[in-house]
Amino acid sequence: MTILGFDTYDLWVIATGVVCAVACALPGCYLVLRQMSMLGDAIAHAILPGLAIAFLVTGSRDIVPMMLGAMAVGMVTAVLTSGLSRMGRMGADASMGVVFTSLFALGVILISIAARRVDLDANCVFYGLLEGAAAPSNMRSVGGVELPRSFLVLGGVLVVNITVIVLFWKELKVASFDPALATSIGINATMIHYMLMAMVAGTTVASFESVGSILVVAMLVGPGAAAHLLTDRLRWMLPIAAGVAAVSAVTGYLVASRIGTSVAGPMSIMVGLAFVLAALLSSRHGVIAKAWSRACLVLRIAQEDVLGMLYRVEEAAAGPLAASTVRAALGRPMIARAAVARLRSRAMVQGSDGGVVLTDAGRQAARRMVRTHRLWETYLTKELGLPLDHVHEPSHRAEHFITPKVERRLTEHVDAREDPHGKEIPAD
Amino acid sequence: MMGAASTMEELIRLITLQDSNTRVVLLGAALLGLAAGIVGSFAVLRRRALVGDALAHAALPGVCVAYFVVGHRHFVMFLAGALVFGLLGVAAISLIRAHTRIKEDAALGIVLSAFFGLGITLSDLIQREPSGNRAGLETFIMGKTAGMIQQDVILIGAVAALAVGFTVMMFKEFKLLCFDREFAGSLGRPVTLIDLMLMGLIALCTVIGLPAVGAVLMAALLIIPAAAARFWTERLWVTVAVSGCIGMASGLAGVAASSLGERVAAGPMVTLAAAGCFVVSFVCAPKRGVLPDLARRVGLRRRVAQQNLLRSLYELGETSLNMRGWHSLHDVSLKRGWSAPHLERTIARAHRSGLVKKDVSEVGGRIALTERGVDEASAVVRAHRVWELYLIEQADIPADHVDRDADAIEHILPRDVLERLETKLRRLGRLPEVLPMSPHDLDHRGRQM
Repeated sequence: MTILGFDTYDLWVIATGVVCAVACALPGCYLVLRQMSMLGDAIAHAILPGLAIAFLVTGSRDIVPMMLGAMAVGMVTAVLTSGLSRMGRMGADASMGVVFTSLFALGVILISIAARRVDLDANCVFYGLLEGAAAPSNMRSVGGVELPRSFLVLGGVLVVNITVIVLFWKELKVASFDPALATSIGINATMIHYMLMAMVAGTTVASFESVGSILVVAMLVGPGAAAHLLTDRLRWMLPIAAGVAAVSAVTGYLVASRIGTSVAGPMSIMVGLAFVLAALLSSRHGVIAKAWSRACLVLRIAQEDVLGMLYRVEEAAAGPLAASTVRAALGRPMIARAAVARLRSRAMVQGSDGGVVLTDAGRQAARRMVRTHRLWETYLTKELGLPLDHVHEPSHRAEHFITPKVERRLTEHVDAREDPHGKEIPAD
Repeated sequence: MMGAASTMEELIRLITLQDSNTRVVLLGAALLGLAAGIVGSFAVLRRRALVGDALAHAALPGVCVAYFVVGHRHFVMFLAGALVFGLLGVAAISLIRAHTRIKEDAALGIVLSAFFGLGITLSDLIQREPSGNRAGLETFIMGKTAGMIQQDVILIGAVAALAVGFTVMMFKEFKLLCFDREFAGSLGRPVTLIDLMLMGLIALCTVIGLPAVGAVLMAALLIIPAAAARFWTERLWVTVAVSGCIGMASGLAGVAASSLGERVAAGPMVTLAAAGCFVVSFVCAPKRGVLPDLARRVGLRRRVAQQNLLRSLYELGETSLNMRGWHSLHDVSLKRGWSAPHLERTIARAHRSGLVKKDVSEVGGRIALTERGVDEASAVVRAHRVWELYLIEQADIPADHVDRDADAIEHILPRDVLERLETKLRRLGRLPEVLPMSPHDLDHRGRQM
């Protein structure tokens, strides 16, 4: 079977990678939400002694005892981290750093002892051997179909993760967002915490054999963080994270096979890139969206300021205003230039750079600006009793954000024809 | 396996520093531990313990890029590349934190894994090149302490000197930054610049240690000594000094241990030595250690129980108009609502201190206050009732509500506060010269139970 130029071998490797990525991404969402992302990193490093001890005890590289040993040490990491930070009154990050680096060091030593008897490659801890997932020696026959062993293991983990998340959906959600509320409505937040930890430990242990610890960290944190930027709903966050993880795994594999390197590296780069894309492009929380809406706001305020300025000049019968004067008065020449250009294209102002004047439409809009400004000034002096020389600044800021409804109420409330400086409040 | 005799020989060679190679490695590890310990203590206080970890991983692609640029293995260029990428990683973390809703932890994880992934990919590419050999790069991940040569030690020494120098010169600034960044800003200190300097120092230390102990264990050297030092003291300069010493001692002990053993790398041994220091500090340190803390708590609990026992006996005596009279254990336990074993233990301790006497001839047993017990009990009752009076008089709390509040505070009311309370109440004419009577019904609690 060949799809897009990939033979069955490649497809199995890709499938294994995708299953692994999705299995990591799901519990990873909760880690990101609970601000415990580095726990994935910690567990991924700390399980080393568990593997070594399992090997030293059983003397074989059988998967089951190794999984059990690693799971146990993974849980120990989680328990020790929170225990140390509580009993030793130290930051969670510091206690995590102490625990996982110490365990890792212990693991390296144990492995070097074990390595005297048989080769147990510490390097595969970092890189994993996804490429070998579909090698004939790693294939297992299930119901007549040959499947890679890692695919089976990771598939099982994925199913378990999905089941746990579906069954404990509400509990996980409440405990992640509001542990105090969780406790008060009878959810055992500590139990949920350790359930999540067990999930992370199990997933990490199952994954890192095939993809290496560094990719486990990438897949635990990156997709969840990217999804967190793309949505505010947990219901959507999980599938989005799974999608990001799967796409990163596939593209990472494509890149790796193109440049001929190991798979784990490009896959983690892809996760990083996916996160960068989400951070830049997210419509709600993206950097570009935020910068754009900020720029729009700045431009709108500048336009309104220009309108107000021209109205006041007209009011004082001082004749057309040079564009350079407008720029100088606004303080930010670039923005002022853009504002005048925009106003001109909206037919709010006319005239050349030598003299800018309001059009009828512009005058209409300007009148509203000045009106809200003066209404607000009057309100501040009359109702709040602010001194006369303290009301211009706040009104200058508030005028851009007073909605028609507020304006109407202000008119009813203030009931004045002149502002406190004796200037006329323009009619509606 | 080595024989015992040759182990002894090794040990003697080690202690007498006969082996010049061991000498170099010992010196290097000690200096590295010192520098990392000093710098790390600020990192941990800044709540940036894991930044060292991220930085160490993020530095890897820098080494590979340096290889591509220089074209061959060049140690100093490798370090420079690592430093540049480490700092890039840190910058990326702060950018993510400042401009997105993603928190520090996830930012660390993403940067760490993406940069390290880039590093792995680049090193794979180098490996594929005909002249490529990533042996030099591998040391930046796993570290090779025993491979230290004189040139490395000089570099490490320079960094250590820099770390010590900066810490001494900038101590006040670093301190302000760690404890109250806003205050430092309000004093007109260039906070961002100081922060950058500290970050630069951390990065420098991390990068210089990478080839010696590797990425993960470098993070260990930054975090563990600093975390251990925190248990011994609340003063910053002591923390920094202790942390530096622990780092140095771990370096020495780890290298020594590994040179004695067979095929055990020095880096993990250094980390385990530091972890040992941490465990000792965590358990035993008199200031914040777990055992002394536990001892203090148990001591307080026992004192409170004893004082409560004395007060109960005193109050029973008041009702029966005989301070030194015998009371059955049943009466006492009615008064306090304690479990039998707890009561027994408390009485046994009070008996040992000569505060109560026991009479076991009667069924169930009975106890009475000794002379010393009466004195002690009056002091406790006095504190309790003065506080009750104070609450009633000054805080307008009804008489039947003050018992519990007074119960909570009587054990920890300092003597001078008590005296001031008494003076105040006496001035108001509310305090009798003898021990004041209880402002509420003494049987009250007994009946409720």
